[in-house]
Amino acid sequence: MASDFIRQLPSSGKIPRSIWQKLHIDPPLFLLLLLTCGYGLFVLYSAASDHRISMEKQASFMGLGFMVMLMVAHVSQSTWRLIAPFFYTTGFILLLGVAFFGEISLGARRWLSIPGLPRFQPSEMMKIGLPLMLASYFHSRSVPPRFKHVICALLLIALPVGLIVKQPDLGTGMLVMASGVVVLFMSGLGWGYILTALATASAMAPVMWFFVMHDYQRMRVLMLFDPESDKLGAGWNIIQSQTAIGSGGWQGKGWQMGTQSQLDFLPESHTDFIIAVLSEELGFRGVILLLTLYLLIIARCLWISWRAQETFGRLLGSAISLTFFVYIFVNMGMVSGLLPVVGVPLPLVSQGGTAIIILMIGFGMLMGISTEQKRSLF
Amino acid sequence: MEFRPYNNAQGQNIFFKDQDSERRLFTGRILIGTAIIGLLFLLLLGRYYNLQIIQHDHFTTQADANRIHTMAIAPARGVIQDREGTVLAQSKPSFTLEIIKERVHDIDYTLRELQSILDLDDSEITRFRERLKRRERPYEGVPLRDNLDDEQIARIAVNRYRLPGVEIIAELVRDYPMKELFAHSIGYVGRINEKELNQLAVDDKLKNYSGVFSIGKTGIERYYEEELLGIPGAQNVETDVHGRILRTLDRKDPVRGKTLTLFLDVKMQQAAVDALAGRRGAVVAIDLDSGGVVTAVSNPSFDPNLFVTGINSHDYGALRDSPDTPLMNRMIQGTYPPGSTIKPLVALAGLENGFITPDYQIFDPGYFQLPGQEHKYRDWKKGGHGGGIDVHLAIAQSCDVFFYQLATRMGIDRIHDFLDPFNLGRTTGVDLTGEKSGVLPSRLWKQKTFKQMWYPGDTVNAGIGQGYHLATPLQLATATGILAKRGIRIRPHLVKAIDGKELLPEFDTPIILNNPKNWDVVISGMHEVAQGERGTANKVFKDAPYTVAGKTGTAQVVGIAQNEKYDVSKLTDRQRDHGLFIAFAPVESPKVAVAVLVENGNSGSGAAAPVARKVLDAYLLNRMPPPAATLPESATTPGEAEE
Repeated sequence: MASDFIRQLPSSGKIPRSIWQKLHIDPPLFLLLLLTCGYGLFVLYSAASDHRISMEKQASFMGLGFMVMLMVAHVSQSTWRLIAPFFYTTGFILLLGVAFFGEISLGARRWLSIPGLPRFQPSEMMKIGLPLMLASYFHSRSVPPRFKHVICALLLIALPVGLIVKQPDLGTGMLVMASGVVVLFMSGLGWGYILTALATASAMAPVMWFFVMHDYQRMRVLMLFDPESDKLGAGWNIIQSQTAIGSGGWQGKGWQMGTQSQLDFLPESHTDFIIAVLSEELGFRGVILLLTLYLLIIARCLWISWRAQETFGRLLGSAISLTFFVYIFVNMGMVSGLLPVVGVPLPLVSQGGTAIIILMIGFGMLMGISTEQKRSLF
Repeated sequence: MEFRPYNNAQGQNIFFKDQDSERRLFTGRILIGTAIIGLLFLLLLGRYYNLQIIQHDHFTTQADANRIHTMAIAPARGVIQDREGTVLAQSKPSFTLEIIKERVHDIDYTLRELQSILDLDDSEITRFRERLKRRERPYEGVPLRDNLDDEQIARIAVNRYRLPGVEIIAELVRDYPMKELFAHSIGYVGRINEKELNQLAVDDKLKNYSGVFSIGKTGIERYYEEELLGIPGAQNVETDVHGRILRTLDRKDPVRGKTLTLFLDVKMQQAAVDALAGRRGAVVAIDLDSGGVVTAVSNPSFDPNLFVTGINSHDYGALRDSPDTPLMNRMIQGTYPPGSTIKPLVALAGLENGFITPDYQIFDPGYFQLPGQEHKYRDWKKGGHGGGIDVHLAIAQSCDVFFYQLATRMGIDRIHDFLDPFNLGRTTGVDLTGEKSGVLPSRLWKQKTFKQMWYPGDTVNAGIGQGYHLATPLQLATATGILAKRGIRIRPHLVKAIDGKELLPEFDTPIILNNPKNWDVVISGMHEVAQGERGTANKVFKDAPYTVAGKTGTAQVVGIAQNEKYDVSKLTDRQRDHGLFIAFAPVESPKVAVAVLVENGNSGSGAAAPVARKVLDAYLLNRMPPPAATLPESATTPGEAEE
């Protein structure tokens, strides 16, 4: 395999660039994203109570997302590398700002209002900021990472994650942490570290349970095992979503025909629990179609990452791909009762502008990585 | 391994790395990552396969159970009407304003607005807020005001757009348009309480009550509960999570309760109430062909409408604790000493058992003494009735001494055994609940009740219906009816027809005398009472256009000491004697029997007989052609009235 790469090294001279490369677009990924977004809009139309209004709003966010993606794709990797520390630092400062001046909504301090800007959650920034920072950090260091680099990387992860968990927003905290940890993993972290980390995590679980987790979070975990114990309370969401999914069967009840979702038994049907609407109305075959699209997107992203010529691109690209998968897995797992309920939207399908923009920034970076390759292979 | 120089995209030489090993390392990690992703994707797929394919049926059932609800549709309770078809009890829609808090944006604003729209007072708001706290589930409506009138409904409708969560609920509520007039006979319905609910569960009748919140508590409403209830219907509806009904999937209509037609009628009832003129008492009239109770008054009365949606404790306390006991149905629950009204039956017992004959006479010195005893049992008439008192005159003038003597000669057990089939001391079997049996005393009864032996003096008192003897006005009316019909015993009842189908009268074993002429002896004595010149009530009936047989009675409320005289002025209102009167008419072909009781009315002739006259007039004058008067020969000289 190694000899293949040698042949692709820049010494082979200038190669004519295709139109896609000039536009910094990876056509398969672009097409898959378009299909998934379209599918998402189709489901959202049925899931949202105001149908067209929500769908149009979401569509315009997607349009904006695609534009952002194309712009991001034009930014070169060296620029990203340079920006990374500033991006990360800014995000971190904003998180500190949240901790001290953030707005309290629903018992958590997550939002920050800066005059002249729309209200936003700085923790969302970190979903991009952290992998960017770590990829940049490891780019200029030896791979696999040495002990002190690992410690540094862990600190870079722990600081923002700690602030986010403190908000409290365990779900986003875990996702941000995941986006950092996958960079470490991809950088070739030794198995010794990985096993130690796994062992520590299992040892820490009881400590987390008793000292770190809030009551409502413990409740969500307990509900996983016995949702019937609090049918109308904490168990409601999971009972109703499983009922929706299960009653969909293979064929589904038909678009806009889901009784669970259309009669409001299903909570959060247009946001975090939208997969239950899809499952109920479009059936198992609809789920398979969505999973296939997701799988193809991830496969393409991993391919791009693998083909990247620089450490930075590889780490960033694979981190974005794996994080994308983590979102999918956590969301679909939670709605179907495999995982505790955490606030994670289903990528490209759940309603929500910020999530789309953040995802598209990630895909933009991947497009950039893809088109900076010296030779196109597709 | 060798180190190669590496240029980045911009051609900057940063530093050397082992490109190959890094490539291999990264490729390895990508493969591992891909494998993990693949496995987890399979896990997700498996989970959804499990839910959607394997457990599909289970969840389909669960989803249907979520959205499809069976709702009971309450049947309309049967109408109760009088003989003429006037509605006495009906179910009519009542509109209640409810608030569903989950749909209200700002509860304080909504309450403020409603307060000005409906003129609610602060106590209603306070009560609403308390009820709101006690809700059992979300989306449960909490009533704010019931019995909305059309104008209020219209005003709410106009403002509805700015009052989300405010709903007007129509419910069928029992209505008694005649209010106090029939309260005791018809009774009332009320909310089913826990005890009744448990009883329904025991009887396996709960399904008959789905959607029904009221049950008959007293009177006909209770006795005919099953007929009045009807059969609840049901519908399957699709609802959303908030319980809002989106569509009806199927429906089974309820069957309305049966219509009860009573023997009572408004005119007679009103006539009796008017005749009582606010005095405490009871009036019963029984149609003798059917046994139908045509008048059933117990005074004072109450408004049964108060009980329908739940009476407040203040109102209920006032009714319950009133010394006038308006809640008691005196007709079947008030037990009084029958006094002299018992005399015709005692006389009949004496005739039938051969202790007296129609010609038998006594001398009445004004008192009676048991052999070897000092105690004087006094006649109500000071100085006595004198000589030549036969049974006819003894009844007509209510001679106490005649009956003291007769009772003593007969002994209590003969009296008891003879009077028992006249429904004294036992319930009449009328179609009402809570009927009392009264007391027809005997040796056995006294031994059982008081563990005491029977004294000869007890028999003396029993002879004139005093002492232990107690009877309800209904018992007196039935006994009078049996006497009038010469032994035919028809069970009294209030309901004439169910859904237009007439009920057949129920008969008990008739009383057959060895000498049927004895009936005539007693009846002619009673005729003398009402319309003869020596009768105690002839003032009242002498001008009646029909023949009447009656008997006055005075029941002592307080005992009078041996040497005292009954002096009205010395007694408080409630210590005065009860006035009683029994009668039937016409004498030749008896159509109706009446019993009147006026509590503390002092005398039967003065207080009770005029009431009976009005009732008989009301009943007979409308029904009979002016009789070919067999009026007693010129009843000009008024007889001496009982005191």
